Amino acid sequence: MAAAAGQVNVARFAALYRAAGSGQPASGGAVLSARVTAMVIASLAPAAMLAHYVLPTTGDIATVEQLETFRTEVRQWLQDNCPESQRSLASPEEQYWGGRRGQFASEDARLWFERMRERGWTAPEWPQAYGGGGLDPQEARILKEEMKRIRARTPLYSLGIWMLGPALLEYGNEAQKQEHIRAIVNGEIRWCQGYSEPGSGSDLASLQTRAEDMGDHYLVNGSKIWTTNADKSDWIFCLVRTDPVAKKQEGISFLLIDMASPGVSVTPIELISGESEFCQTFFDNVKVPKENLVGELNKGWSIAKALLVHERKLMSEMGSDSPREQVPPTVAAREYLAFRDGKIADAQLRSDLVDYEMQMQAIALTHFRTFEERAAKVQSAAPLVMKYAGTEAEKIKSELLLAIMGSRGLGWEGEGFSASELDTLRLWAMSKAMTIAGGTSEVQLNVIAKNVLQLPQS
Amino acid sequence: MALVLNEEQRLLQDTARDFLSRRAPVEALRKLRDTRDDTGYDPALWRDMCELGWASITLPEAYGGLEFGFAGLGLVIEESGRTLTASPLFASAVLGASAILLGGDEAQKEQWLPAIAAGEMTTALALEEGPHHRPHHIETTLTPAADGYTLNGSKCFVLDGHSADQLLVVARSRGESDSREGLSLVLVPRDAAGVTVQRTIMADSRNAANIRFEQVNVPADAVIGETGAAWPVLEQVLDRGRVAMAAEMLGLAKESFERTVAYLKERKQFGALIGSFQALQHRAAQIQVELELCQSVVLQALSAVDEQPEQLPLMASLAKAKLNELAKRVTNEAVQMHGGIGVTDELEIGFFLKRARAAMQILGDTGFHKDRYASLCGY
Repeated sequence: MAAAAGQVNVARFAALYRAAGSGQPASGGAVLSARVTAMVIASLAPAAMLAHYVLPTTGDIATVEQLETFRTEVRQWLQDNCPESQRSLASPEEQYWGGRRGQFASEDARLWFERMRERGWTAPEWPQAYGGGGLDPQEARILKEEMKRIRARTPLYSLGIWMLGPALLEYGNEAQKQEHIRAIVNGEIRWCQGYSEPGSGSDLASLQTRAEDMGDHYLVNGSKIWTTNADKSDWIFCLVRTDPVAKKQEGISFLLIDMASPGVSVTPIELISGESEFCQTFFDNVKVPKENLVGELNKGWSIAKALLVHERKLMSEMGSDSPREQVPPTVAAREYLAFRDGKIADAQLRSDLVDYEMQMQAIALTHFRTFEERAAKVQSAAPLVMKYAGTEAEKIKSELLLAIMGSRGLGWEGEGFSASELDTLRLWAMSKAMTIAGGTSEVQLNVIAKNVLQLPQS
Repeated sequence: MALVLNEEQRLLQDTARDFLSRRAPVEALRKLRDTRDDTGYDPALWRDMCELGWASITLPEAYGGLEFGFAGLGLVIEESGRTLTASPLFASAVLGASAILLGGDEAQKEQWLPAIAAGEMTTALALEEGPHHRPHHIETTLTPAADGYTLNGSKCFVLDGHSADQLLVVARSRGESDSREGLSLVLVPRDAAGVTVQRTIMADSRNAANIRFEQVNVPADAVIGETGAAWPVLEQVLDRGRVAMAAEMLGLAKESFERTVAYLKERKQFGALIGSFQALQHRAAQIQVELELCQSVVLQALSAVDEQPEQLPLMASLAKAKLNELAKRVTNEAVQMHGGIGVTDELEIGFFLKRARAAMQILGDTGFHKDRYASLCGY
């Protein structure tokens, strides 16, 4: 396990879990540390699930055969094109995030990225017209699985791909698509997200960052918090208030801002885990061209909501390539616990472990069910419960690992502990953010109560 | 696709829901209870269920079956969980049919399966000997005799034991009382000499019995499978039963939860619908989360029976453990959220509460299946 912080983006986490299609985009921010994201992705990514949990075999013979042909082709192509050095977990320094300041860690990384880009496989499900791969969801899933199989790295890490792109494809005008989509697929521009504000977390719609209509441009003032890696990004997509008088959801617009604009500044924030990849981003009389407004004025909330639906779709192409793989609790149990007659001797820990494992098996199956339902165009509440179930389970996992490791799980830094032991503690600290970022667990429950159970609102 | 129903399956489920809600609603169970019905279920209803093919869904066509797959039967059973329908469906169509199908020889299959499929014969699995599910802890003995075998022992919690035509008895031919080796499965007519049946009235108003076997004569051709080697078949039968029971509990949980959510939308206190209170909303939402997970688990476990039999033991224990927990939680919350009327006999929620407790004990409680799951996983 690598010791440093990963940088798989946060938004991806949100992409995974934010209550998709909900009436209220849960909290803003979508902000979560890379490590947390990595933890979640590592355990919930479809490919990882295939490795660790029982999943059904699919039934439709024709489709299965077609997909298997595709799988064979993909496997061969990856075999021929993925450089040997790109078939291992990428350390944070080895990940390529693109952008104006993006740098490849090696010549192989550049080669790998360029080959994938040529096939449009940096964004496998996007239309080929804008440089995407044009794959259907099942094909994209297979691509991911095959990449995971040889541990091929994600060639381009990108918030533009995971979050902004799908919204632009649906709501952007042709000029915006031409300007931004291909630049995202090609990794030319690195994006970050500006949703949460210091005073607007779970109650995202109360956001106060203002964009005033100055005739030929908008003048933006305010600040955004939990803007992950804002200090390394080129552009930011923001929710801003364009009508201070309207009902709070109705005065919000979706705005794209070039961070090189005069008046934009960024400050990092340190967390309990010791990490600081989150930032606060300030806007001080920033001039933004009017053509950067996405969709209609004051309709940004709808876009934010639709974005969540897209985010759910992104689950299929979700990275299975976390920069680290946390030790599975069942493996840690072998190393740190006493066994008697083939069973963990500590009855409480054994009981906690099996509870967790059964819950994860159930989550894995439900995750898989969402794919099948999507392919079959069947609606269910399953996607809406995944964020809550997944993050609560991950938090339990971190506590479980700590309990299993005992005093060896308490090392903060330095000598006397293995790298993976030190990681376990840091990841445990990060795990506390999982039920906060991307919509707190409480907000998730509100969303389920409202949208699934349709309980009356107070 | 295993976790999404196909059109035929949806149709079957709709038919079952429609039929059961008309013919066997919870009210029917109340009537059976209040009239202290001798049979404990409505034979006319069972005949009609068999005519719909429910007793033969999983059986091969050669034996009068529909060959529709275990998932199909699971859907029907899930619906019967919504209505708490008392019928031989579980004891005969799941346990009895599976035992004979998986363990019987050709002659036995030809003799018994069409009869089960047609609803002409009902069975009961006489397995348990103590208050907890311990499927290989068997002290009932099967000893060789001049004209076959002699059966001696006592069984309890025999579902449908007082009404079934044939008893499928798990007995020991050899080995220690806790050994998986040496078990046999025999078919004994309920009215055979030496069989004493004591019907037990239980919390769920459904059907079960204690049964004693004293010097019961068992002909050689009544042994299902090989004498002393029944465990592998028995374990598969039990796993099918566990999965089916999990499906019933899913239906039970959905129904009691839906009724509760509906109540939250009509009951007013403090001038507001109680469903608007966050204290109740969050608890209800948490149940919805678990329901979604359990839905996936049950679908997977059902399809594992036909499609991934090597995964069946793990999936069966997962399903039974998860549904035990869900059914307990949902029924407790259903009573609590209904408030005062929740503890009245007039409200049907109490029937769900009680059935859940019986279902939780059938073929393994939560602890049994957590232990089994952990052991199967190697820890």
